[in-house]
Amino acid sequence: MNENKFCTYKSHSDPGPGDGGRTGSWRVVRPVIDREKCLPCKKNKQTCFICWLLCPDGVVSKTVPPGIDLEYCKGCGICAEECPVGAIEMVEETSIAQEESQDASCY
Amino acid sequence: MHHVIESGNVAAAHGVRLSRAQVIAAYPITPQTPLTEKLSEFVESDQLQAEYIPVESEHSALSVCIAASSAGARSFTATSANGLLYMNEQLHWAAGARLPIVMCVVNRGVGAPWTIWNDHQDSISQRDTGWIQLYVCDHQQIADTVIKAFYLAEAVSIPVMVCYDGYILSHTYMPFQVAEKEEVDEFLPRFSPNYALDPLNPANLNTVTLPDCREDIRGEKAPGYMEIRHDLHSDLRRSLDVWTDIEDKFLHKFGRGGSACLEKYQCEDAENIVVCMGSLSYQFRDVVDMLRDRGYSVGVAGIRIYRPFPDQAIREQLSRAKGLLVFEKALSYGNQGALASDIKSVLYSCSSKPFVQSYVLGLGGRQIKTQDLLGAVENFCTGNFAEDNLHWLGLQI
Repeated sequence: MNENKFCTYKSHSDPGPGDGGRTGSWRVVRPVIDREKCLPCKKNKQTCFICWLLCPDGVVSKTVPPGIDLEYCKGCGICAEECPVGAIEMVEETSIAQEESQDASCY
Repeated sequence: MHHVIESGNVAAAHGVRLSRAQVIAAYPITPQTPLTEKLSEFVESDQLQAEYIPVESEHSALSVCIAASSAGARSFTATSANGLLYMNEQLHWAAGARLPIVMCVVNRGVGAPWTIWNDHQDSISQRDTGWIQLYVCDHQQIADTVIKAFYLAEAVSIPVMVCYDGYILSHTYMPFQVAEKEEVDEFLPRFSPNYALDPLNPANLNTVTLPDCREDIRGEKAPGYMEIRHDLHSDLRRSLDVWTDIEDKFLHKFGRGGSACLEKYQCEDAENIVVCMGSLSYQFRDVVDMLRDRGYSVGVAGIRIYRPFPDQAIREQLSRAKGLLVFEKALSYGNQGALASDIKSVLYSCSSKPFVQSYVLGLGGRQIKTQDLLGAVENFCTGNFAEDNLHWLGLQI
């Protein structure tokens, strides 16, 4: 009996970015940061980062300004809800797409 | 090796002890049996070095076994009836996660109305969970099959249910042989999974799997849900050969057992063959003897493994008969006996097939009288019965 012949496929993977697939494609609203209000931007130093701390998918970077990896951001809106200064707005992806296509048609 | 006269539950507990199970999780009260009490005694008295975890439900019992098995521990649980039904979600999970857990199912009827007595409805209704199901006929087979079940489960990475009749086997006392630890150690390999939970080597197990295959973080194509399920099914089909090898190996080592798929009695020249599962097939041996004395050419075949279904063995060994009488203590409600329809489906491809009659009997512990079995088989042999989709035996109203 060759035990290795059995159980060729099972759900086992190494942890890492994107193991759950490109979850950014699920998003219908996109977090957009207003740098006029965002504390790290305003103070130009490492501070606050509540969005980084609470993002369930770990897609917010602890940088000035904070970056959001849209490849994996599902658009849950927790960052916008928790931002103490209301610097994050959830914008409809459809309106962003419309704007982009209008921009493209100008050329 | 030594002989004892004990209950079927104690036979099962000896099997678990000799297999050196490392984690045992069980819900301790109804519908539980003294099997787990005996195991806690073995652990308490150091006859078995295992972690015994009493839990608040059967769902949790199997969850603990899933976690323990993922961590590389040989894991065991036991239940009956509604307790098995309460595990249902985790039964599918254990099979899909390919964890070689062994569980004794002490077969009982399920409510409503409330019953505690024997039939097979509990395990039969779990036939599509992806577990291997073995059925046993006596105390010796209980003790031996638990050991073989660990071997099988770990060889094919699929969990195994060892099903034995509640009360008829679980609470009656019969003589059986208890093997020595050293003998079993020589027979049963150590459990060494390819991966066990390890903080230094973390892994994602059974996470959300999208409908299509995709690349993993190394850029290699990872299986999707459908590939993983296809693998479970094809491994279940192939595990029939592994089970046959294990039976042969056990027979060679211990000098007993050896019937992997069908346990036949007087079947070689039989015109009509009774097919059933569990202890009922041994009760039928008396019926076969009596009918042979009256000149009827009959035999009985006990199905030892129900999932994966031994289709090839049935086609090769039973399709030459004129009639098959399938007696079941369970029912696919609204259709017929589940075993009967399975048997009909495997015979469909045979050029000449036996007539298959489905009987249901013994539900909720209704007494199965040898005289009634004799009458039913004799009526079938003489053609003195109404052909119907399902014949109920032993109804009192």
